[in-house]
Amino acid sequence: MISVQGLNKSFKVARRSSGLRQATKALFHRDYQTVHALSDISFSIQPGEIVGYIGPNGAGKSTTIKVMSGILVPDSGSCEIMGYTPWKDRARYVKNIGVVFGQRSQLWWDVPVIDSFELLRDIYKVSPSEYKANLSLLVETLQLSDLLHTPVRQLSLGQRMRCEIAASLLHSPTLLFLDEPTIGLDAVSKLAVRQFIKTYNNERNLTVILTTHDMNDIEALAERLILIGKGHILFDGRLKALREKFGAHKTLTIDYKESASNIDIIGTTILSQTGQRAVLGVDTKQINVSEVIGKLSEQLELSDVSVEAQPIEELIVQLYQEYEL
Amino acid sequence: MILFGKYMSILFKAQMQYRTSFFLLSLGQFFVPFSVFAGLYFLFARFGQVEGWSFYEVGLCFAVIHMAFAISECLARGFDSFSSLVASGEFDRLLVRPRNTILQVLGSKFEFTRIGRLAQSVAVMIWVLIHLPIEWDAIKVVTLILMVISGVFIFTGIFMLAATLCFWTIQAIEVANIFTDGGREMAQYPLSIYKKWVTRFFTFVIPFGCTNYLPLLFLLGKTTGPDFIYMLIPLVGVFFILPCLLIWQFGVKHYRSTGS
Amino acid sequence: MKPYFSVIKLRLLYGLQYRGAAFAGVATQFFWGFMYIMIFEAFYSHTHTEPPMTLNELVAYVWLQQAFLTLMALWFSDNEIFDLITKGNIAYELCRPCELYGLWYAKLLAQRLAAALLRSFPILIIAFLLPQPYRMMLPPSLTTFLFFLIALVLGLLILVSISMFIYISVFITMSPTGSLLMLGVVGEFFAGLILPIPLMPSWMQVLASCLPFRWTMDFPFRVYSGQIPEDQAWIGLVVQLVWLVVLVILGRFCLRKALGKVVVQGG
Repeated sequence: MISVQGLNKSFKVARRSSGLRQATKALFHRDYQTVHALSDISFSIQPGEIVGYIGPNGAGKSTTIKVMSGILVPDSGSCEIMGYTPWKDRARYVKNIGVVFGQRSQLWWDVPVIDSFELLRDIYKVSPSEYKANLSLLVETLQLSDLLHTPVRQLSLGQRMRCEIAASLLHSPTLLFLDEPTIGLDAVSKLAVRQFIKTYNNERNLTVILTTHDMNDIEALAERLILIGKGHILFDGRLKALREKFGAHKTLTIDYKESASNIDIIGTTILSQTGQRAVLGVDTKQINVSEVIGKLSEQLELSDVSVEAQPIEELIVQLYQEYEL
Repeated sequence: MILFGKYMSILFKAQMQYRTSFFLLSLGQFFVPFSVFAGLYFLFARFGQVEGWSFYEVGLCFAVIHMAFAISECLARGFDSFSSLVASGEFDRLLVRPRNTILQVLGSKFEFTRIGRLAQSVAVMIWVLIHLPIEWDAIKVVTLILMVISGVFIFTGIFMLAATLCFWTIQAIEVANIFTDGGREMAQYPLSIYKKWVTRFFTFVIPFGCTNYLPLLFLLGKTTGPDFIYMLIPLVGVFFILPCLLIWQFGVKHYRSTGS
Repeated sequence: MKPYFSVIKLRLLYGLQYRGAAFAGVATQFFWGFMYIMIFEAFYSHTHTEPPMTLNELVAYVWLQQAFLTLMALWFSDNEIFDLITKGNIAYELCRPCELYGLWYAKLLAQRLAAALLRSFPILIIAFLLPQPYRMMLPPSLTTFLFFLIALVLGLLILVSISMFIYISVFITMSPTGSLLMLGVVGEFFAGLILPIPLMPSWMQVLASCLPFRWTMDFPFRVYSGQIPEDQAWIGLVVQLVWLVVLVILGRFCLRKALGKVVVQGG
């Protein structure tokens, strides 16, 4: 479905310096700096996959999305999506994709949602029967029936996002780009959006590429994860594999009767400690969790113990640190 | 074309959400060129004529150019305010849609309040036409209409050029005012009152001369030669749009390779 | 005073970063200047009656207008203050230990000065080097020049005090568009930006003299070329001072009224 081979893209950026003298100098002469936004990016994606594409700000995420959606032309490399090269047959290719930019709206602000939908129908030249079928399905699954006749500016962010997603699926694309679809949404709306993507992916075999900073999105949706940093792909695989490879830390929370003795076990770090409760980080490469519990029960009178895998959020932060991103 | 109409109707609907502000702004637009026209009137009140042109003759020139400007500002506002479209990243959105960019940019914005400006220039035109002793025939009527159309195309072309500049820099955008606002102010007088190089520039590079000067001579009976040639001169102005379209395409290509 | 110098410096830095914008601005102003001069030249070339202003004086008038446009144009406005009022963040501003009128006044003044510094000098220098008839004349004497400088400074102060009313009006209308448009059109016309005041019919000149706008641009620029002789310039300076005092007192009064309303509304 998607095959990306050795994509490279670099930008020239003017260097700005501070100070009045420097600024005056820059009036006549400017230094340029080359930034490699993408270096040798390769991956392939099968139909029906949901792929989480993550990385810190400025890592090259949006550049990749822009190349794949036909907006940007790369310096070198190839990209074949559904038999098209996105930047070559832009107009024909983009009929097959849907794009949601979470921070920008594709709906017309002052008119009812349905008017925007109808205009999009004309832009994408969707046939009346297809439009009708898609619309009724989307209205039903996203529960839009009450929203259709409200002007967009009166919608809440969550309502609007549901409409945005519907808008990008009206022309039944086979590939959907979601750029931070849950940004700024409340918990209920986030769940609704995730639920919908999951169902729609199942029913229509829709391929989804998802960028986000919310790891819960990834955990809920994406089987597969591509991590990018400084223009390079750092990890490409299943979420579970990422955990096995990097997630060697577990969090151990213990409650105990008041005691004066210090907790000091090799392979653990104390994350927090109060009189009767401590939270420990355990490096499972050095020591087993059960061993730690055993040692602890020798020192303390434990009343409760709970073990958690390291939250993916922390795992990513750790990864970023490891790669110095 | 149908899609263009659809864009227009959705944006008109949107505009009608703010009815009061729409009427007030339209009224304001009626008065803005009014002060310019008053300046013109007072100059003629003092000096009587300029290089052999009377007040009403220049008034006709004024009306044609302002009419063309009002129409193009209404229809091609998307190009006129293109810098914000690029700055906000909304242009990316247009690129992921299967339609050509020109149509989509045109459809991104219409400035309906320019109806006020249009009304003012229509009023001026009626007033001066009553006072001008023109013997109207079919050819002259067609010429007058073509003059306005040609002006619309030239202004739209300039808006497009300015918009293309945004792909490289949005700082220098003020320079485009020279050709939009400046062109409008300049072309509200017959070009013959300016220095030769100015006249040449605004005839052969940006063909305002084909919109207002040469056909104006014909309308006022100051020419000799076959009428239909003068009738067709405004069409030359229409062709100005062609190189602008090419340059636009080039700009889009540049944008897609740099993404700036 | 120190904060205001910082504002100027910041604005200068900002302006310098955008060299393209500065060059473009100068080029644009030049185009307009040339255009106006050519139009006036055409009108002057076949006139039988003696115009009230020589072409040389008119050329100086036009170049000064173009050079000081950012200093003197009413539409040049500060969106920050507009936002402050319309979005209700005015409360923060009221907590500052400065009086609001003075604070805004200084801010607006600083912005105009900084913007003009980058544009005025290049335009003026080039205007002095142009071939005739476009060349800008020198003022007839040093005292005239001094008169011009004082008149220019007073004109700028009057202009800022007029522009304050636009911001005050936003308290009531909640949108700057209307007042900017109205004051912009009327102010521009009666400041002689579209047609120099001396070329207007006499009844209109009387009207212009009764309004404050003329004293911002028209008066200093005519003092410069000596079109208003020194013995009359004196009177003009006094009129300027009176306008300045009246406008500032009125502006303070209106601002206090407007703020009172905000507090009552609990905004």
